[in-house]
Amino acid sequence: MYTQAMDIPHGDGKPAAVDDPARAAAFDERAARGEFVEAKDWMPEAYRKTLIRQISQHAHSEVVGMLPEGNWISRAPSLKRKAILLAKIQDEGGHGLYLYAAAETLGVSRDDLIDALHSGKAKYSSIFNYPTLTWADIGVIGWLVDGAAIMNQVPLCRCSYGPYARAMIRICKEESFHQRQGFDALHTMMQGTDAQRAMVQDAVNRWWWPVLMMFGPHDKDSQHSETSMKWGIKRISNDELRQQFVDATVEQGKVLGVTFPDPDLRWNEARGHHDFGTIDWSEFWNVVNGHGPCNRERLAARVGAWEDGAWVREAALAHARKRAARAQSAAA
Amino acid sequence: MNNRNEWPLWEVFVRSRNGLDHKHAGSVHAPDATLALQMARDVYTRRQEGVSIWVVPSDQITASDPGDKAAFFDPMEDKVYRHPTFYELPEEVNHM
Repeated sequence: MYTQAMDIPHGDGKPAAVDDPARAAAFDERAARGEFVEAKDWMPEAYRKTLIRQISQHAHSEVVGMLPEGNWISRAPSLKRKAILLAKIQDEGGHGLYLYAAAETLGVSRDDLIDALHSGKAKYSSIFNYPTLTWADIGVIGWLVDGAAIMNQVPLCRCSYGPYARAMIRICKEESFHQRQGFDALHTMMQGTDAQRAMVQDAVNRWWWPVLMMFGPHDKDSQHSETSMKWGIKRISNDELRQQFVDATVEQGKVLGVTFPDPDLRWNEARGHHDFGTIDWSEFWNVVNGHGPCNRERLAARVGAWEDGAWVREAALAHARKRAARAQSAAA
Repeated sequence: MNNRNEWPLWEVFVRSRNGLDHKHAGSVHAPDATLALQMARDVYTRRQEGVSIWVVPSDQITASDPGDKAAFFDPMEDKVYRHPTFYELPEEVNHM
């Protein structure tokens, strides 16, 4: 998921800061009552750190998520699809900004967060390290990748940290457009030629397993779930969300007329859910640890954009300072 | 650690339509007020969510201390007579 950081080993080896036990206990009680925590409220250091890690990784994912789609702006099949894709990508940038702003309320600077991404210290969602080979990939990203993201993000609208929850409400409203436009693009292709239908099926085949990996490791292997649940940062477990997603998506696939590349995928009457095959976790860890098909390319594109834009940021700031100084001397 | 010429932070308030208050929407980094307004427009009103935007430098906002919340808001706690429901009137006029 966009918030995979929750489950990925981290830490600098230093012991966690010790909180005042009375305040920590009072905080746990507040969390148990389902109260919202706001920016300036007292909070345990581990809560703050977990949120900074999760929100910033989420922001990085939104921003890096623009890159696989940007690949297709100049090659979208019509002006309408190009306008839609541009709007979607602009939304992803906006989502990154809402989230960076939410993370900054916890006392970190934007530049430090971006540094952590660019130096490889901070992660972003594994899904964006896969290539977008055909136009159908853009539709599949909307339908499956954003669909999976919505599954994960809707419960985050009730996250205990107010600024994050509010950002998520805004994001979820906009993500719905992303998923629907993706399905619409694929649905249009499915009404077309055999070659177009084959292109959609091929894209589904390539993205299906990486999308299931977005939900993160199985609950039994998930590192931080318990504390995050206790503090109301996370509400629903990885496996539950993955199951919800599979159940919803299989039905949508029937409407679209595509199959999924999993011979073990079938309805289980007794469970009331679909069973599905074993996820290749070695692939997941490989991508998370920097060895996916596009990890280097994505990071290089991000760093390049940041460095190429440096002169604009510096010039704008210099101009603002000069004008402020001129205004001050005129007033003096 | 604001040591790399990071653009200052601005708080963004959006009036969704005339007749309603401006409401806090979030924040943006921008070098000056003009660009802060333009960036706030792009970030917070991509779907016509606003007809008016205020931007305020974040460091110009004075906020009450959440640690003092109890003491700060306490004086209002025992003044139930400030609410209309405090008064039980005769049935015939109770819709007043």
